[in-house]
Amino acid sequence: MREALEGSQAIARAVSLCKPDVVAAYPITPQTHIVENISKLVAEGDLHTEFVSVESEFSAASVVLGAAAAGARAYTATASQGVLLMAEVLFNIAGMRIPLVMTVANRAVSAPLSIWNDHGDSMAVRDSGWIQLHAADNQEAVDTTIQAFRITQETELPVMVCMDGFILTHTLEVIDLPEQSVIDDFLPAFEFNRRLDPADPKSLGTLVDPGYFAEVRHSHHAAMQKALSVIKDTDSAWETATGRACGGLLTVEGDPGAAVGIVAMGSTVGTLRAGMAHTPEAGPAKLIKLRAFRPFPTQALIEATQGLDHLIVIDRAISPGLGGILGTEIAAILADVPNAPKIHNHALGLGGRDIPETIYADLIEAIKDPDAPLIFDADMAKLAPEDR
Amino acid sequence: MQDQARLAELRQKFGREPAAPSEPTAERTPREAQPRFRGLESGHRACQGCGEALAARLVMESAGPDVMVANATGCLEVFTTPWPQSAWRVPWIHSLFENSAAVASGMEAAMKAKGQNTKVLAFGGDGGTYDIGFQALSGMLERYHNILYVCYDNEAYMNTGIQRSSSTPHAATTTTSPAGKERMGKRHLKKDLLSIIAAHHIPYAASASVAYPQDLQRKVRYAMGIDGPTFLVVHSPCPLGWRHASALTIEVARKAVECGLFPLVELERGAVTNIMPIRQVRPVTDYLKLQGRFAHLTRDGDPRAQEERDHLQALADYNINVFGLAGDGDDPVDTSGITTVGRGGPLAGRPQ
Ligand SMILES: Cc1ncc(C[n+]2csc(CCOP(=O)(O)OP(=O)(O)O)c2C)c(N)n1
Ligand code: SF4
Repeated sequence: MREALEGSQAIARAVSLCKPDVVAAYPITPQTHIVENISKLVAEGDLHTEFVSVESEFSAASVVLGAAAAGARAYTATASQGVLLMAEVLFNIAGMRIPLVMTVANRAVSAPLSIWNDHGDSMAVRDSGWIQLHAADNQEAVDTTIQAFRITQETELPVMVCMDGFILTHTLEVIDLPEQSVIDDFLPAFEFNRRLDPADPKSLGTLVDPGYFAEVRHSHHAAMQKALSVIKDTDSAWETATGRACGGLLTVEGDPGAAVGIVAMGSTVGTLRAGMAHTPEAGPAKLIKLRAFRPFPTQALIEATQGLDHLIVIDRAISPGLGGILGTEIAAILADVPNAPKIHNHALGLGGRDIPETIYADLIEAIKDPDAPLIFDADMAKLAPEDR
Repeated sequence: MQDQARLAELRQKFGREPAAPSEPTAERTPREAQPRFRGLESGHRACQGCGEALAARLVMESAGPDVMVANATGCLEVFTTPWPQSAWRVPWIHSLFENSAAVASGMEAAMKAKGQNTKVLAFGGDGGTYDIGFQALSGMLERYHNILYVCYDNEAYMNTGIQRSSSTPHAATTTTSPAGKERMGKRHLKKDLLSIIAAHHIPYAASASVAYPQDLQRKVRYAMGIDGPTFLVVHSPCPLGWRHASALTIEVARKAVECGLFPLVELERGAVTNIMPIRQVRPVTDYLKLQGRFAHLTRDGDPRAQEERDHLQALADYNINVFGLAGDGDDPVDTSGITTVGRGGPLAGRPQ
């Protein structure tokens, strides 16, 4: 059914359609409306779940870990400082291969304190072993959340659905929420084979000596790679069920013959799309919307960049002292590819800096400028000369 | 309440028949001949005389088999589960050092959501309970989860090599509170955790000791019967960290109770409802002199040693006064082999 919903409200409704047994979350801007909306659904009797209102994000993550280990479908949501406070548990959840879903309402990480959007939070736990999917708009965020519950079950890998804080979470849009029966057909009942069960007692999270650790990591990595096809297939199944897809691992749009490509994740894609449409004089580009950041769709990216002379990679976070994170990763992937495009890596929109449509033309123009700054929209005039 | 039919089924599957102990035979070791549920098996890698291993075995005997355990990082976790082995015969999970109460909260929420009533237990050492896991524990108690939390209190971080915790007694030496020219061991007091737990007004909280197994097991059974958060701290000597002979674990634990330094009390909704009276109170030196961690306090002629001994004696006297431990009269239900400490208090006659 089509309804005008705020992004957070839509996520709460989508989660509710997936009938989680246990939800645990701790409020933080810009995720707060998600928790509040879920609490309201519970209070009104529209969602029957054990809602555990914890005393911290550390406990939120620990509660969903315990719940899923005990055989429950579990969900949590957080952002920014919350992601970092959870960090130790997030690695633990993934290392134990516990299936559950978390929304990250992407927000910058303090200091300086900022409640606004960038990807510094989810990037900080990039190596935790979670699947990380980025939504470009709210319909994608809703659809990806529902798909995430199926992906996590099938892969026994936890799934993080990343959506840009405020830009998506607080935007009112018309959203199509599928009927309950569609979800019930799409999403099998939650089953976790290794669940804690007195009739078949298992020990989870045991100490592993150097004789086994490498093998555990190997199988985790292998599972992540296998998850690439699960993510794709789940999106196809979703398309069959609803007539709508989210773009599998990545999608390519724009001019197929263009010599310039732009890679972006999240809501930036929409801004670039608009810029491309409204400033045709800037020249054509192939727009690559990356949905799966972990596992990384290496092969799909190589194919998508074939024939390009230039590839602009947009990061919404940086690794200080090195550069853009996505940019560095893509450079590594294309290093051995013959005739690979030249990479131009820029960070944009840090700490909520608005990204205007004109950025499209500016980025294409900057291809000619070998000295274009890493943080593309930083205003040097605001800095002391020695910091420029 | 636990499901009795399910309990019987699980006992049948994993336990020993609940009959009287039978004679060991060639096929049955003495241990196998015991009519107990063995949730924690022998053969694990604890040090000889480990109080924590003994305490956990006793807790599991009384709590199992329809339980699941969330165990914090620490000795108990490490010595029971070196992959691919495990000493646990109940579903058991270890996540991190500071979150066993929160993981258990999730497990309990899952049981509620699925309409099951398997009881959830959370285990932690004193480090995982008094210190780093304290916030998660407070949250678990406040949210009123149906969980029995057991703290195995060996009064230091043993797994990482005997560092002080907020449960380490005043003046005890650890590797991070050594005695030296300028220091007489730990400078701070043992945290009064039970009072903080009591302030949560949970249905039941108690202290117990490995020296009094029947008392410990009664407390576990009582907690198991309560639908809501319950807490048990078990004094569990560590021969390695306390530096006493492995054979002295029980004696050391008993003397801690007899001198008043580790009072055995029960609290319901925050009020003291039962204590174990001490019929013959001992001086703290009887306890201190058994352990290397207090060796610097028993040096003759050192006025600082005398001062710290007096300090510890004052702490013990305070406990004895506050809880009214100096008791007399007959033991209502004596503990096997123990002649000097009796049990009583206002709820002594309560069903076991
Ligand atoms: C966040 C974190 N900090 C530190 C450690 C290292 N560590 C593991 S166990 C432990 C001490 C355990 O002490 P306690 O809880 O008293 O249990 P015990 O080993 O004495 O039974 C420490 C410090 C850890 N695992 N995680
Ligand atoms: S170090 Fe202490 S607590 Fe740890 S296993 Fe040995 S005796 Fe037990």
